[in-house]
Amino acid sequence: MVTEYKEGSVGAEFNKREFKVVGTRPPRPDGVDKVTGRALFGADFTAPGMLHATVLRSPHAHARIVSIDTSGALAMDGVKAVVTSEDFVKQTSSGNQDTLDNCMARGKVFYDGHAIVAVAATSVKIANAALKLIKVEYEILPHETDVDAAMLDSAPVLHEGRKFRNIPEGNNANVSGYWEFGHGDMDEGFAKADIVIERSFKTAATHQGYIEPHATLATMGPDGRGEIWVCTQGQFMVRDLAAAFVGIEASQLRVTASEIGGGFGGKTTVYLEPVALALAKKSGRPVKMVMTREEVFRASGPTTSSSTDVKIGMTKDGRITAGQAKLRYQGGAFPNITAMLGAMTAFASYDLEAVQTQAWNVLTNRPKQAAYRAPGAPMAIYTVESVVDELCQKLGLDPLEVRLLNAAKKGTLSSYGPTFDEIGLVATLEAAKAHPHYAAPLGPNQGRGVSCGFWFNFAGNTSVSMNINEDGTVAVIEGNPDIGGSRASISMMAAEELGIPLEKVRTIVADTNAIGFNDVTDGSRVTFAVGLATIKAARAAIQNMCGRAAQIWGIDADAVDWVDGAAVPTGHNAGDFPPMSLAKIAADSAKTGGPIAGHFEVNADGAGVSFGVHLVDVEVDPETGFTEIKRYTVFQDAGKAIHPDYVEGQMQGGAVQGIGWALNEEYIYGEDGKLQNAGFLDYRIPVASDLPMIDAVILEIPNPGHPYGVRGVGETGIVPPLAAVANGVSHAAGVRMTELPMSPPRILAAIDGAK
Amino acid sequence: MRFESPDTIEQAIGLLNTCEGTSRVLAGGTDVLVQLRLALVEPELIVDIKHIAGMRDITAEDGGFRIGAAVSGAEMGEHADLVALWPGVVEAMELIGSTQVQGRATLAGNLCNASPAADSVPAMVAANAVATIVGPNGTRECPVADIPVSPSKTSLTKGEVITSIYLPARPDNSGDAYLRFIPRTEMDIAVSSAGVSLTINCDGVVTQARVSLGAVAPTVLVVEDASSAIIGTKLEDAAIATLQAACSAACNPIDDKRGTVEFRTKTAGVMAKRAALIAYSRAGGSK
Amino acid sequence: MSKIHVSTSINGDAVEYLCEPEETLLDVLRNRVGLTGAKEGCGSGDCGACSVALDGRLVCSCLVLAAEAEGKTVSTVEGIAEGENLHVLQQKLLDHAALQCGICTPGILIASKALLEKNPDPTETEVRYWLAGNLCRCTGYDKIIRAVMDAAAEMRGA
Repeated sequence: MVTEYKEGSVGAEFNKREFKVVGTRPPRPDGVDKVTGRALFGADFTAPGMLHATVLRSPHAHARIVSIDTSGALAMDGVKAVVTSEDFVKQTSSGNQDTLDNCMARGKVFYDGHAIVAVAATSVKIANAALKLIKVEYEILPHETDVDAAMLDSAPVLHEGRKFRNIPEGNNANVSGYWEFGHGDMDEGFAKADIVIERSFKTAATHQGYIEPHATLATMGPDGRGEIWVCTQGQFMVRDLAAAFVGIEASQLRVTASEIGGGFGGKTTVYLEPVALALAKKSGRPVKMVMTREEVFRASGPTTSSSTDVKIGMTKDGRITAGQAKLRYQGGAFPNITAMLGAMTAFASYDLEAVQTQAWNVLTNRPKQAAYRAPGAPMAIYTVESVVDELCQKLGLDPLEVRLLNAAKKGTLSSYGPTFDEIGLVATLEAAKAHPHYAAPLGPNQGRGVSCGFWFNFAGNTSVSMNINEDGTVAVIEGNPDIGGSRASISMMAAEELGIPLEKVRTIVADTNAIGFNDVTDGSRVTFAVGLATIKAARAAIQNMCGRAAQIWGIDADAVDWVDGAAVPTGHNAGDFPPMSLAKIAADSAKTGGPIAGHFEVNADGAGVSFGVHLVDVEVDPETGFTEIKRYTVFQDAGKAIHPDYVEGQMQGGAVQGIGWALNEEYIYGEDGKLQNAGFLDYRIPVASDLPMIDAVILEIPNPGHPYGVRGVGETGIVPPLAAVANGVSHAAGVRMTELPMSPPRILAAIDGAK
Repeated sequence: MRFESPDTIEQAIGLLNTCEGTSRVLAGGTDVLVQLRLALVEPELIVDIKHIAGMRDITAEDGGFRIGAAVSGAEMGEHADLVALWPGVVEAMELIGSTQVQGRATLAGNLCNASPAADSVPAMVAANAVATIVGPNGTRECPVADIPVSPSKTSLTKGEVITSIYLPARPDNSGDAYLRFIPRTEMDIAVSSAGVSLTINCDGVVTQARVSLGAVAPTVLVVEDASSAIIGTKLEDAAIATLQAACSAACNPIDDKRGTVEFRTKTAGVMAKRAALIAYSRAGGSK
Repeated sequence: MSKIHVSTSINGDAVEYLCEPEETLLDVLRNRVGLTGAKEGCGSGDCGACSVALDGRLVCSCLVLAAEAEGKTVSTVEGIAEGENLHVLQQKLLDHAALQCGICTPGILIASKALLEKNPDPTETEVRYWLAGNLCRCTGYDKIIRAVMDAAAEMRGA
C-alpha cells in the first residue's frame, strides 16, 4: 500500500505533478522471458568450441604456497590451459591488487577456499580430474577467524604493512582501518542521563545468498580482443578489472551482462571473470566457468561479522542524552571500509547532542567480504536499536514514542556529519504508530519488536541514451544490470517524461561498448540515478523534437513546447498549429535532419537518504527456543514510488533477508578454520513456510534531488529486521538477546540461563 | 562409472556382488546423487533397482504393509490405508527434504544412508519395522533397528539389497507419532527427534509403548525407561515428565554445527513428550 | 566408458540423447538438450531451481540421473505455456510482480503447477510448505504466495 504524503513544502511541490505512468503497476518488460524459461542467465551462455574451467582451492585457512606443480594437469588429455597468479599483471592500486589476489592467490592462501590454480579443459569432468594432478606444497600457518581474537597481540598476522588511516597506538597489524564520527561532549551527555545502559553484541557473517552461482564465459583471440558474458551487477566494473588483470585496454574488452539471478551486492566484484579471460587468452578458445554452490559460500563474498560495544544514556522521559558505539568488524583477509559505514549509520536515526562512534576493521582468515545490501548498517543499527529498546523497557516508555521524541529530521546534524535535508523518519514512525499492527494484542510467549533503519543511498556515474524510432517507439539504452525490475521503472520514467504510452518504450541493458560508463548496480542507485539520466535524456530528445516541429512549422524552436507526447506551439506569435505527435515527428525525421536521439551522462549527486521502521510479532517456544514470525510490517520512505509493486518487493525481500540474519544465517568455522556449512542445507536462509505475509507500507516523502522525487529503496529494508526481531525475541523470551543469529540453541540457553 | 538398471533382483545382486570397486544401489537417489556431486564417493557401479518387480509397490500383508524399497515418500503419503495404520512413520518419511525430494526419497534409502539424524528411522524403530534383505546367500529378515551400526555404516554385507520394509499389523487403539526439532520449519536435518508408538486399552491406559530417539547418539536409541514410564498410565503429567526425563537421560549426542549437546539433550525429551501426546491422541486416548 | 542412449519425452516431444552415467537430468536438459530454463542453484536438492516433473511427479532434476529418464516423460518450464498463451500461473506471477531476479521462477512455476494439479484449493500454509524447497532470496515469498493462491482461485473458476 502507498500512503500519500501531504505535508511539507517539498512534498507539496512534488505532489502537484500528476503522474500518468509513474506510480502504476504494469507488468515488467522482462517478465514473460522469465516465466517461460527464455531469459538467459550467467550459466546459460555457450560458445562454439567452448572449454570448461574449474578451480583448485585452498584446503587451509592460512598457508604459504611453497610451490605449485601443474605439469601433471597440463599433460592430461583434454586439458588446454592452466593459470596461476603468475599469469596476471601486477596492479598499481592496492585495492585492485587485493581483488586480483583474491581471484588467484599470490604467495599465500588466506582462507579455506582461496583459489590457487584454474584449469580449462574440454569438459568439467576432465578439468576436475586435472585439478587432482596439481601438486601444491604448503607451509601451514596459524589462522584466526574471530574478529576479537584477531585483534589480540597473540593473533597471527595476515599481512604486514596494510594499515591505512591513522591507526591508534596499541592495535596490532591485523587492524587495517580505523574511523571516528560524532559531535558533542560525551561526558556531559552521559551526565545528563537518568539511566545509562552499556551492552556488547556480536553478529555472525552472512552471505548474500543469491540463488544463481557466479558464472561467466570469456573469449579472446590472438588479436588481443576479448568478450565476456557474465552475471554481474556491473559490466563496466568487470571490464575495467578483467582488462587490467589480463593486461589489455578497456576498449579491447567488451562485457555483456546477462540476466542476473540475484546479487544483493555480492556481484559487485570479480571472481571468475579475469580467470576465464586469462584461460581464454592462453587456450585461444572460449572458456566457461560456473561456481558450485560450495564455491559460492567458501570463496565469494560474505558480509562482515561484528563485535560492538554500545553505551546510551536516556532521561526518564525518553530523551537520549548521549550515544556511543565501538564497532569492530572483520571482512576477511583484505582491507575494506564496511566498518566505517557501520560507524556512520549506527546513530543516524537520532537527533543527538552528543554522539561518538569508533570503528576498526580487522583482517582474518576468511573470504574477502563483498557488499551486502546496506553494507555495515544492519549490524551497527542492530546494536543501537537493541539498547534503545532496553532503555524503553527499563523506563516503561513506548518504543515508538521514544523514537519520535529523538528522531532525526530536516535540519538535524547527523551523527556522521552532514545536516539532513527533507527526510521521512518522523512520517514513517507516525505511520507505524497509527497502524493496526501496533495495537494488536499479543498471545502467550509472544513479543513485539520495533526498530528504525537507515541507509544513505548512492548516485554516481551514469549514462543513458534514448533513440526515437521512426515508427514512434523509443529505445532506452542503459548500462546497469536489472537486479529487481529496474527496466520497468526506467521505461516508466521515459514514457512519463516523453508523454507516450509505456508500451512504446523498450529499455535494454547494453554492453560496455554500446553505452557510456556506468557505476555498478549498487547503493540503491539505479532507479534514482539511471532514472534521473533517463529523464534528462528524454528532455534532450524532446528539445530536439521541438526543434524539428519548429522547422516544419517554420517558427522559432523556443516557441514550441512539449505537452502530452506532442510538440505544441506556444506564445503569442507561434502560430496556430495542431499538436505534432512524437510519432509524426519521428516519421518525418529523415526530412528534418535525420535520426532523433537524446542522451545524458552524469556523475550524479543528490541521492536521498532513506529511513524505515519495522514492526514484528514473534512467538518463542520456551522449551526449544524456536522463533516463529507471526506478523511483520515494513514502513519505508521510498520517495516517489515509480513502480509500487517493486518498491514493496524490495521492502519485503530486504525484511526477509534481515529475518534470516537475525534467526539462523551464519558462517560457521571449525577450529581448523574451515567453513562447515558451505551449502543451503546448513546455511539456512528463510524458506516460504518460515514466514507470514510481509505487509509493506510505502511512505512517499519526495527526494529534492530527483526530478520525480525518487529515493533509493533497495537496501534500507534489510537494516531494521535484526533489531526488530531481536527486540521481539527478547520480550517474548524474557531475556535480552545480544548475539546473532538467535538460533534456537542460543535462545534456549539464554532462557535457561535467566532462570 | 557404470549405470545398470536390471529387471530382477538376482541380476542386481549379481552385479553388486561381482563389482570389485565401490558400488551404490540407486532407488530415490536423494542421498547418492548428492554424494556423487560432492565427490564423497566415486563408485564404479550404480544399480538402479526401480525396474525390479515389487520395488515400487505398497502391499497389504497380514494386517500390515510391505513397502517396496523404491516407494517414494510422496507415494506413501498418498496411500490412505498406510497413513491410517502408521501415521507416525509416514509423517517421519514426509518430513525428509522438500516436496521435490519427497517425489524420490525412500524409506529404505533413508535407512541405508545410516545417518544418525535420519527422520524415518526412529519412527520405523518405534514401529518395530522389519527389513527384508536379499543377497548372494538368499533372503533374510532384519529388524530396522539393527541395520545402521554407526554413522554411514550398515550391517548389510556385500551384494545385499534391502528389497522392502514391513510395517506390522497392530492392535486396535494404537497410535504412533514422530517429531523432530529443526531451526527452520522445513528443509533442515533433525537436531533431535523422537518416535513414539503405543497402544491403549478401553480405559485409555497405555498397555504397550516403544519410544525411540534420533540425532542424539551414533544410531537410533530405544529408550526402555521412557516406555516403562508411560505403560500403565494415561499419560498424566507425572508420567510424561518421567518419560521426558528418561529420554534426556538416555541421550549421548555430539556438539556440531546443528546443535549443542545440551540443546539436543533437552529438546529430545521435549520432542518425545510431544510425540507421546500425539500418539496417545491418535490411539483414541483423550486427555 | 561408452555413453548411455536414452529415449524420453520432454514437454511432449520425443527426445533421444547420449549421456555419461554420472550426468544428471539437469545437466542433460541444460547442456545436451538445450533447455536452460531449469537452473542449478545448489546441485544438492536444497534450492528447487532445477524442479521438473518426471512422469508427472515433482522432482529436483539435479537429483535424477539422466539415464533414469529412459521411457519417462519430463516436463520443464519451457513446456508450461501453450504457444502464445501463458499458463494462468505464469500470468499471475507477472500480475502480482512475484519475481525480481527470476532465477527461482522456473522452479516455482513447476512446483506450483504440481501443487495445483494435486490440490486445487490449497490454504496459504499448504502453499508455503509445498514451496518450502523452492528458495527465493529476492521477494520474501509474499507476492509468490499471493500469485499462486490467485492462480488457484482462477483455475477453480472462483
